[in-house]
Amino acid sequence: MLSAEEIDNWNGGTPPAPAKLPPALLEVSGLVKHFPLKGGLFGRGQGVVRAVDGVDFTVYTGETLGIVGESGCGKSTTARLVMQLIRPDDGRIVFDGVDVGGPKLPLKGYRAQVQMVFQDSYASLNPRMTIEESIAFGPTVHGVSQSEAVARARALLDRVGLAPQRFAGRYPHELSGGQRQRVNIARALALKPRVLILDEAVSALDKSVEAQVLNLLLDLKDEYGLTYVFISHDLEVVRYMSDRVMVMYLGKVAEIGPTEQLYRASRHPYTTALLGSLLSMDPDRRTTEAPLAGDPPNPINPPPGCRFHTRCRSAEALCSEKVPGPTRIDGEAPHYAACHMADRTSGHSRAPARSPV
Amino acid sequence: MLVYIAKRIVYTLPIMFGVSLVCFMLVHLAPGDPLVSVLPPDASESLKQQMMAMYGFDRPYAEQFFKWLMRALEGDLGTSIRTNRPVVLEVAKAVANTLMLAAIATTIGFVLGTLFGFVAGYHRDTWIDKLASAISVFGVSVPHYWLGMLLVIVFAANLGWLPPTGAGPGGSDAWEWDWVHIRHLILPAITMSVIPMGIIARTVRALVAEILSQEFIAGLRAKGLSEFGVFRHVVKNAAPTALAVMGIQLGYLLGGSILIETVFAWPGTGLLLNDAIFQRDLPLLQGTILVLAMFFVVLNLAVDVLQTALDPRVQRS
Amino acid sequence: MLFAPADVKVPAVPIERSPGYWSTVWRRFSRDPVAMAALAVIVLLILVAIFAPYLAPADPYRGMTLRRLRPPGTEGYPLGTDELGRDMLSRLMYGARLSLFMGVTPVFLALFIGAAIGITAGYVGGWVNTILMRTMDVFFAFPSVLLAIALSGALGAGIVNGLISLTVVFIPPIARVAESVTTSIRTRDYVEAARASGASALLIIRKHVLGNVLGPIFVYAMSLIAVSMILASGLSFLGLGVKPPEPEWGLMLNTLRTAMYTQPLLCALPGVMIFITSISFNLLTDGLRSAMDIKA
Repeated sequence: MLSAEEIDNWNGGTPPAPAKLPPALLEVSGLVKHFPLKGGLFGRGQGVVRAVDGVDFTVYTGETLGIVGESGCGKSTTARLVMQLIRPDDGRIVFDGVDVGGPKLPLKGYRAQVQMVFQDSYASLNPRMTIEESIAFGPTVHGVSQSEAVARARALLDRVGLAPQRFAGRYPHELSGGQRQRVNIARALALKPRVLILDEAVSALDKSVEAQVLNLLLDLKDEYGLTYVFISHDLEVVRYMSDRVMVMYLGKVAEIGPTEQLYRASRHPYTTALLGSLLSMDPDRRTTEAPLAGDPPNPINPPPGCRFHTRCRSAEALCSEKVPGPTRIDGEAPHYAACHMADRTSGHSRAPARSPV
Repeated sequence: MLVYIAKRIVYTLPIMFGVSLVCFMLVHLAPGDPLVSVLPPDASESLKQQMMAMYGFDRPYAEQFFKWLMRALEGDLGTSIRTNRPVVLEVAKAVANTLMLAAIATTIGFVLGTLFGFVAGYHRDTWIDKLASAISVFGVSVPHYWLGMLLVIVFAANLGWLPPTGAGPGGSDAWEWDWVHIRHLILPAITMSVIPMGIIARTVRALVAEILSQEFIAGLRAKGLSEFGVFRHVVKNAAPTALAVMGIQLGYLLGGSILIETVFAWPGTGLLLNDAIFQRDLPLLQGTILVLAMFFVVLNLAVDVLQTALDPRVQRS
Repeated sequence: MLFAPADVKVPAVPIERSPGYWSTVWRRFSRDPVAMAALAVIVLLILVAIFAPYLAPADPYRGMTLRRLRPPGTEGYPLGTDELGRDMLSRLMYGARLSLFMGVTPVFLALFIGAAIGITAGYVGGWVNTILMRTMDVFFAFPSVLLAIALSGALGAGIVNGLISLTVVFIPPIARVAESVTTSIRTRDYVEAARASGASALLIIRKHVLGNVLGPIFVYAMSLIAVSMILASGLSFLGLGVKPPEPEWGLMLNTLRTAMYTQPLLCALPGVMIFITSISFNLLTDGLRSAMDIKA
């Protein structure tokens, strides 16, 4: 049962009915992508970059799942794998109970239901096409007539706050960054998707514009009943937007769980350190010691066992030998942490004691 | 670095093979009898067969190609049908002459081109720039063989200062570096230098203008570096590309000297090519094209390696 | 759950349209006096070439050997006569036809073929790219003059053979530029977004890639026209390419060489025409390039 405080602090989205979760919309399991390195005499054989190395998560209908992590942890690659813009080396994606890419859900049909908004607002738009042409392109691919697609484009422009009579006939270089991102959002919505993946969609915007776009996103989510996957490196923004948060490290999931629970009581040392790097506004609570030391190790040669053990203060011998699997943390909403300290059965000295059966 | 060089060499080998294949095919594309220049028109059929067998023209193409290639690797490019001398010797002599001319022309072109290019780049959008740019456009647009003719008309025919054609008394076999011989070099070298000058001037101008607009230049000046010091930085940054272009231009001049050599009757590879084409001297033609093309390939490779060595931004691995 | 945009009322005010890309380019181009002058010269030359039969005072093929090698300014022959007594002015005018044709056609043919090769290689990538581009590299490994002459020499003189050899010479550089531009566009986000909407490769190429790629390729091809003109005339100058008695500027330079010492001015005239055409095309291309360099 959620406490009153937790409900008050719940940010955006439809809170799941207590003790009952909404149906899973997107289930990702075992996602793997290795990029071969160029080098050596024949351009290969120098190793692989393990960008995404076994990622599992679920996105529930109507929620916003935030994904955070340092540069190079694999969040953008994961997004592109989910969108099938890159072919995964291994893994399964199930959308609404149906295998993606299988006979019942070919790629084109899937694409109409899951759309993405990219980080670079300028590069996402064809400089030679007018705004309404760019937005109308997607629907026409799926059989919508040109006139209806244009009408839809203009309606969407209006909905995202750009007057159609002023913006529909313009070119991308005539718009500001914030305006372009609104166009990108409109373009993503033109296909009437159910899921929107936002890959650092507001990272390049000025703070004031960022706030406007974030609020727009929240409004749109309510109005159209969307599900969001929100990728960002900005921890506070993710906290504002997400119902659940997934923390990634070096191509694997470190922790995933409800936002407030994760932010207040994280169970993975990496999450704790990451959150510890947030600076407080209170001058009495200054950060004197960096919570996390060093750089992330090389994704070409990740450390054996738990990937984080080289930077973890609580690392033990066990951590360099055995890869920790996701351990379920007690609570109502699903919360998993991939750390031996959370796992009763791991043998780590800090693991919770086995409760008598 | 050495690995890079090795990689590039290995990479070039299939290109070289392809080039020799194209060489061979080009020449054998030619319609007409390969022996038309040696055989009298009323030669008997059996004589024809004998000659064909002697030169190996009666074997299937694939066999001819590989035999030729094998021998070429050993340094034997066959015998010229016309002069009955080894092709290698003819080509070597001609290459030496053309190389001399081309090297001088490239140097002139490079010096003048960089001069104009720097001046234009430093004084961008002023009348100096426009003038220098005009000169470089001129260089690129003028048909050089026509320019050669003009220079001959002016300097040889009208003023009589310089000889119009040839490589000096005694032909190219008796070359000395004295005025009597050098005066034969002047007009063709100047004519040849015009195109490289134009191209290098353009390239350098664009390079210099781009470098000067970069922020690190403002940084250098802000910390008090003299203008000469800044100039040295500009040179360092422009050098790799400028030298690369110069190298390529040298290659083009080597391969494309035929037009100027025709105007000036300079006994180089161009004239040799001309003769070989019109006399249908297949072995000579094949050999000349092969050598010239190979020169170009090797030159490209050298330029590539040079650029990598000089420009730290290019990837080495 | 799903929205119905029809509910949203869009005010019936006319949409403001920004000028398209090419009209912006034209506007900038028309403000450049040098480029406009070059364009005017070229248009003039093209008109002269087209209307030569009406403009030329005499028959370019008919000459009177008695009147050979008259200097410019002779009565009845404003620019003199050539070595066979034919009127120079008429020969030059008719020569514009062949010279322009031999200069421009190979570039356009090569543009077509080279762009197709390069765009395909650039978009598809992988081993298709490797095979296509390596083949181009082999031809690119020859200096262009050498290749043109070798091909012409092999095929023999004549207009068609000259066209073929020049086209072959220009295909590799155009293919290279096309491939590099296409590869850089292919990785842009808007192409990814187009893929994300489920469009087929052909549709993406048609709607998103071509519009952005053809511009730079076209400008590059234009910069080759001047080279092509000089090369084509050069071929005729050597005796490959156009054959007598056709009027062509390069060929005229060749045949008039014998008069170099007696009538130098006459001899220089065809070269002047080549020079003017070549420099105009170069200036035109420069102007076009500056006009297209829109940094919004």
